[in-house]
Amino acid sequence: MSSIPSDLKYLDSHEWARLESDGTVTVGISDHAQGSLGDLVFVEVPEVGKTLAKGGAAAVVESVKAASDVYSPISGEVIAANEALGASPELVNQDPYGAGWLFKVKPSNAGELEQLLDAPAYEKVVEAAH
Amino acid sequence: MPFIPHTETDVKEMLAAIGAPAIDALFDEIPAELRIQSLAGIPEALTEMEIGRLMQERAQRDGRPLNSIGAGAYEHHIPAAVWAIVTRGEFYSAYTPYQAEASQGTLQLLYEYQTMMASLTGMQVSNASLYDGASALAEASLMAVRAHRKSKSARILVPAAVNPTYLQVARAIAEGQKLNFDVLPYEPGVGTTSAASLDSYRGQDITAVVIQQPNFFGLLEDVDAITDWAHANGALVIAVVNPLSLAILKPPGEWGAKGVDIVVGEGQPLGVPLSSGGPYFGFMTTRLEHVRQMPGRIIGRTVDLDGKPGFTLTLQAREQHIRRSKATSNICTNQGLLVTAATIHMSLLGATGLERVAATCQQRTRELIGALTKIKGVKLAFDGPRFHEAVLQLDRNVGEVLEALAQRGVIGGYDLSQQYPELGNALLVCATETRTSEDIAAYAKALNEVM
Repeated sequence: MSSIPSDLKYLDSHEWARLESDGTVTVGISDHAQGSLGDLVFVEVPEVGKTLAKGGAAAVVESVKAASDVYSPISGEVIAANEALGASPELVNQDPYGAGWLFKVKPSNAGELEQLLDAPAYEKVVEAAH
Repeated sequence: MPFIPHTETDVKEMLAAIGAPAIDALFDEIPAELRIQSLAGIPEALTEMEIGRLMQERAQRDGRPLNSIGAGAYEHHIPAAVWAIVTRGEFYSAYTPYQAEASQGTLQLLYEYQTMMASLTGMQVSNASLYDGASALAEASLMAVRAHRKSKSARILVPAAVNPTYLQVARAIAEGQKLNFDVLPYEPGVGTTSAASLDSYRGQDITAVVIQQPNFFGLLEDVDAITDWAHANGALVIAVVNPLSLAILKPPGEWGAKGVDIVVGEGQPLGVPLSSGGPYFGFMTTRLEHVRQMPGRIIGRTVDLDGKPGFTLTLQAREQHIRRSKATSNICTNQGLLVTAATIHMSLLGATGLERVAATCQQRTRELIGALTKIKGVKLAFDGPRFHEAVLQLDRNVGEVLEALAQRGVIGGYDLSQQYPELGNALLVCATETRTSEDIAAYAKALNEVM
């Protein structure tokens, strides 16, 4: 069973979003997503300063068997990208909710967070996928 | 590898499985007005005997003229062993089988090819080839836009002294994808692109600068200065090179302080005979940091479960069968047969052999220029260092001169007056290692008569 922290919000396409105390939102892919993709070999993070739309393609994760788009759970401006993934994409496999984060967004509409799935709802999505 | 077509039963079963009534239904999403309604104008099929006879008759019409035309495709000696090996059944397919368990020989050959091209161009990685030099420039331009994420302009600077057909093809392929090509003039009377002419672009958002070496006039550009200018102004550098010339010229990986970012060109000089414009093959090499933006197939070396070395496709996740519409290109195969020829050609000649061929081409061209410019009404247009082509200026219409030479069994060169009207009656000539002193004398005699 993959880990689904209860303090995060999710998209049904397997991204997570965490509202930080400074009002920014950190984004990554779920433990289930990294497990399904297998060993990641490359992560393309968005450029800092880029404006993202909720649901728009923001990053690409590439494993030995597939390359998948990562969609942004929230609209806003990219204020940081996890540059460590350039040399160590495996961080996403090892610690998807921590050191394997992908990018941080300054939300243009924080209310969008309410539209995301909570942990129990996302768990149902993962179960349905099995 | 045998090719086994689907039987009618196979097709019916597959259509039933996906719930489609007929094969035509699979193309429904293409608007009817874009689909060809009839193939009128395409003649009936001919038998092998009939087509063989037709081709022989057409070939005889060409005769065996003395050839002094280059302009992007060059007559070189190809050792007989090259095509004897290429046409072996194990290699002889226009298509490239990539199935690792069935195609180790082909995959190893492509791996060796990539190693040779990376080494020749001074770059870290090569793909398994593209269609031709012109489309390779288009692919390099698209790749530069993907690789240079900070640049938002999709603007590519291209010298007017780049092969004009390459620019035409690059525009046809890439302009529809929002790329802009700005043409940099060459210095009048000199024939090369000056770094100073780039200065009007200083401070602007330029995605990439293209440099062709030698340029279309056969001249050597100041590639170090242009490469450094581009990098200092935040642009990537795309080199367009004749691979043979790299046996005696500095490889693009060493141009300027940092070397270029992408190298492309036409592979035909490496073992591919002249053949009415093709098929030839394009090549592309780049830095490791850009490899995920590189189009086309890449073969890698690995080990199998028992630790034995083997070859396989690598970095496939960039490609269309996985990334679908977001793939880095729609190159689904490569020019397998011609790459096979190039690999065998390079391995037979070796580094020393290629160097001797390149140096002889340069020497023969010098002799050709010397012989032709002695003729009244013929002078050299540009006097700079060159590889194996030169622009001559005539005191009369080039088309008429070429016509008269053709009647004497001489293909005199490439008429530049359509694409470069400012050069007046300008003729681009070329001599490779295949031209003897007697050939050069025969051309000079014929031109003397015509002039």
